[in-house]
Parts: sequence; C-alpha cells; structure tokens
Amino acid sequence: MPKELWKGNEAIAEAAVRAGLEAYFGYPITPQTEVLEYLSRRMPELGRAFVQAESELGAINMVYGAACTGVRVMSSSSSPGMSLMMEGVSYIAGTEVPAVLVNVMRGGPGLGNIAPAQADYNQAVHGGGHGDYRSIVLAPASVQEAIDLMGLSFELAEKYRSICMLILDGCVGQMMEPAQMPEMKPIQRANWDWATDGKMGKRERRILSSIYLDPIEEEKMNLRVLNRWRTIQSNEVRYKEYFIDDAEFVIIGFGTAGRVALSAVREARAEGIKVGLLRPITVSPFPIEVIEQLAGRVDAFLVTEMNSGQMLEDVRLAVKGRVPVEFYGRMGGVVPFPDEILNEIHRMAKSKLSLDANPRDAWLERMAHA
Amino acid sequence: MATENLVYERPEGFTDTPTHYCPGCTHGVAHRLVAEVLEEMGIIDKTIGVAPVGCAVFAYNYFDTDFVEAPHGRAPAMATGVKRVMPDRIVFTYQGDGDLASIGMGEIVHAAARGENITVIFINNANFGMTGGQMAPTTLPGMKTSSSVNGRDVETQGYPIKVSEMLSTLDGVGYCVRRSLHDPKNIRLAKKAIRMAFEVQARGLGFSVVELLSTCPTNWGMTPVNSLKFVEEHMMPAYPLGDFKVSDAIKQIKI
Repeated sequence: MPKELWKGNEAIAEAAVRAGLEAYFGYPITPQTEVLEYLSRRMPELGRAFVQAESELGAINMVYGAACTGVRVMSSSSSPGMSLMMEGVSYIAGTEVPAVLVNVMRGGPGLGNIAPAQADYNQAVHGGGHGDYRSIVLAPASVQEAIDLMGLSFELAEKYRSICMLILDGCVGQMMEPAQMPEMKPIQRANWDWATDGKMGKRERRILSSIYLDPIEEEKMNLRVLNRWRTIQSNEVRYKEYFIDDAEFVIIGFGTAGRVALSAVREARAEGIKVGLLRPITVSPFPIEVIEQLAGRVDAFLVTEMNSGQMLEDVRLAVKGRVPVEFYGRMGGVVPFPDEILNEIHRMAKSKLSLDANPRDAWLERMAHA
Repeated sequence: MATENLVYERPEGFTDTPTHYCPGCTHGVAHRLVAEVLEEMGIIDKTIGVAPVGCAVFAYNYFDTDFVEAPHGRAPAMATGVKRVMPDRIVFTYQGDGDLASIGMGEIVHAAARGENITVIFINNANFGMTGGQMAPTTLPGMKTSSSVNGRDVETQGYPIKVSEMLSTLDGVGYCVRRSLHDPKNIRLAKKAIRMAFEVQARGLGFSVVELLSTCPTNWGMTPVNSLKFVEEHMMPAYPLGDFKVSDAIKQIKI
C-alpha cells in the first residue's frame, strides 16, 4: 500500500475496518467525531453494523452486547463521553469480554475544551470504572502509529479477553499525516468457547454476566483477571527508545508530549547534550522494567506530559528514588513547544538536581517564576 | 392399571432451577409464559436473552437459552448490540419498571424509536423489588413504599409514567400492548401477546413490547391473593389493559 494523507480520526476508523471491525457504536463528541462520521458511511457500505447511539451510555452497552457474541466491536469518544462510558467499561471488564475503545482526549475536567490534552491518563490506566480491573492502554504519537496500534488492539483484546483502549490526544486525532494503511483483512468469526451467540443446536447454553454474588467466587474472578494481567505485563510492554545508549538524561513522555520532546532531544543532541527519550507505547502495562534499568545508569529523568503529572507517579514508582525525577507539564489543552522542553534539558544539564524535591512542586515553582 | 394424564410440566424453554422469586410474585408466571412461547415457536436454540438489574437479574438462571446480564437499565442497548451483529437470532430483554422506566428510560425509548427488531418483556409491579420496595416511576399516587412512606405525593414526587402509551407514539414500534397477570384469563391473554411479540420479531416487523401488570406481595406487604386483587382494583384503572400499537402488517399475523 502506498502512503496517503490521512487525518488521525479517519485513519483509525479505516484501520479498524481493515482489522475486521464488525460493529461500531458511537456518539458525536469533539475532537473524535470524524471516527463516527467516517464509519457511518464505511460500515453500511460493507454490510457491517453501525449505530449512532442515543448517548455514550447507549453506545458502550451496544458494544457490550456485541462483544458478548465474540465479534470485533469498538466505540470511540472523547473525555466527557469516556466518563459516561465507564459504567459499561467496568461491566465489560467484569464479564471478561474483548472490546476496543478509543479516547481522543481533550482538556478537562468537566466540559473542559476541545484542545489536545492527556488528562485522562489516570482514568484509562488506573481505573475509570468501578471495581478491580485493568485495561490495556496504547498511546500512539503519530497517525501511522495510531493505524498500526488499531489493528494490534483487536488482537490484544481478544487474546486476553480484555478491554484495549487507545488514548490519543486531540493532536493525533485531528492531525493529517502521510501514512500507510494495512491490507483489508476478511472478517473471520472465531469460534470462541465463551461467546453467547445462540446455542444453535450445537452446545449447552452460555451465560455472560459480571455478577458473582458469593464473595469467594468474586475473589476467584478477581484473581483470574489479575493473573491474566500479570501475563499481559510479561508479554505486552511496548515502548520506543531514542538516543538512549549513551544518555545521561532521559525524558519520558507518551503520545504528542513524547513527540514534542523528541524534537527537543534532537536539538539538545545537536548541542552535544547527552539526552535520550523513552516513549511508552503501552502506558498500561507500564514499561517499569526498562525505567528500573535506566535508573541504574542515568543521572536524572524528566517526565513530560500534557497534564499535571499523572504518568509521573508511575515513573517515580519505577525509579524508586535512585536518581532525581523532574517534571514538566502543560495542562488544559495547551501543547508544549519543543523550546519549553529544551529549556528544561538545559536546566537539568547545568544545575545540581535534588533527590528529595517533589517534582510537581518544583515544576509549579518554576512556572510561577516563568 | 391407572393411566397417567400429564397436564402440566416444565416447558423445554426452562432449565431445572428452583425459583428465587418470593411466594406469590408473578415473575414466575411471566417467565413461564416466555419459556412456553420459545418452546412453541421452536426458537430456544437461537434465542439470546438480556437480563436486567432488579429482581429478574437472575432470569438467566431459568431460561435454557444463551443469556447476557446488562447494567441497570441498559438491556435495550445491549440487546441492540447483540441483534445488530446476529440479526438471525431472537433477542429479548426482560426488564422491571425500575430498570426500564427509571434508569433505563433513555435506552428503551431510543431502541423503540430506532425500531430495533427486539422483544421487550416489561414487568410493571409499581416498585423497585430487588432493593426492598422503593418508589418507582410507576408507583401509583398515594401508594406507600419504603421511599414514599406517607404515600407517593405527586406534588413533590411526580406522576406515574404510562410506558406503553408513551412508547406507542414512536414510529419504530410495531407491537405495544399491556396485559395483566392477576387471573387465569388474563394470563392466557398475556401469553398470546408474548407469542405475538416474538412472532413480530421473527418476521422482522420492528420493535415489540409487552407490559405485564404484576404483583410484589413482599414489598407491598400483602398476601399473594390480596396482591392479585390490588392489581385488578388499583393498577388496572391507572394502567388500562389494551393494544396501544399494532401495525397493519402485524394485524395480518394469525397465531
């Protein structure tokens, strides 16, 4: 396939179609709406299911129903809409059925704004819905990566009977870039041994439910899901390293924040500063091991995010206080310029960094004096 | 040798599971009617049920069909998801009035408006049964519940919602009727309506819903017999039985 100019939202929609998406249920919300619009045309022309739901609550429960039959199904939304979906997300997790979700994140909390942000990291990675579950969360930094991860997300969701969520900031959703689409995959319905697709004279009835009235049984379910998560942690961590080998400082950022940081890293390298970038692609499972290893040989980390330091806490857990962890963030839909990150690199290269300082407090202090 | 004449047995649509419903509750009757209809139509094998949250949360234990268990009120959305990817299956929801008429009002109205080709069995017993008899949107004016202890005061707690009348205004609805389970004659009529609702779906004639006036002796604080009388004397005047929408195509169906 040749490269074509694709808008992020339309690209993930087409990538999902080519990965064998059989049903899409969604609701309009900026900056995600092009996914819905694109699929409203594309799915019917292929004879596949498309419903514009009455709300995100309706959409996620349509996803839930279709997921129980074992087909490839997804929905997409943006921050406030994802919050509304969290009820269904918890039920889907509790029922252990595969489903793919896309959150094109915007500024928040509340209605916020429609500018790019990464403020839903905690919702996606550390919970969101009620109860004890974890989702696989992928964070692309370009249109091409979003396309590639879309196909992967269906495979991961099915392999682990798990929710797989793509979190893009509005930048990746709205940006147009040259990108290559995969070949169209034919729809192949797997013969799952759990799907409630009708007995059809072939088997005993099946029940899919998230209710375990006996606490002992619920705990067994919790353990099953936890053990599956441990397998996911062992098998599915993905990240990208840039200029890491001889790095004295390592920046850690995902999605657009990671991509902006890469521009700063390139400039700093041109100036001779030994700085590298680690860009998590799976923010859940989080690349703990590589950060632990780096903590043994680099002088300091800089975490950069388009939020107030949500992934920062995961990085600090991995670093375990062995070297200083600094933070630089922009919030509310503000995208940092590479120069802002470069300034942070300069500061780190020339000043003595403290192990004891709270990185968020220190960042706020610097912001106040900027 | 005496010959045995079998007049009553468990329908094939049922599993061999003891009921969890309270004595005198008409959920069991409604369940049985659905199971009989599935058997008579020969559609047990291709039916997928959607259970609600409420007393019927365990509906999936009783029917010998595939079943999924929806979040509170979301059964029509979940059924939409199932039916849209499995259009040749029979998909039904079984919902109470807290589930359908309170928290799930958005989902039921829009599933009906879209003309989703699903069947909804709607149990109206004028209260939230599972959580212990709180006021529902269907609770009658003046009716005492555990959350309207002085009787439902319409000045502060609003008026009952007549679900069937409301849904019948939507063009996507093919079949919308209200029946009652308070005596044998009405139970027979209810079964006929349930049969018709599933026939509507089997023929792809749009959204079908059967509202069933039901009892809740435990939470009403009445004997089973008095509960049946309450349905006849108090619920039927507020929720008149009848056919609120039967499309022309459906009128042609002979069963």
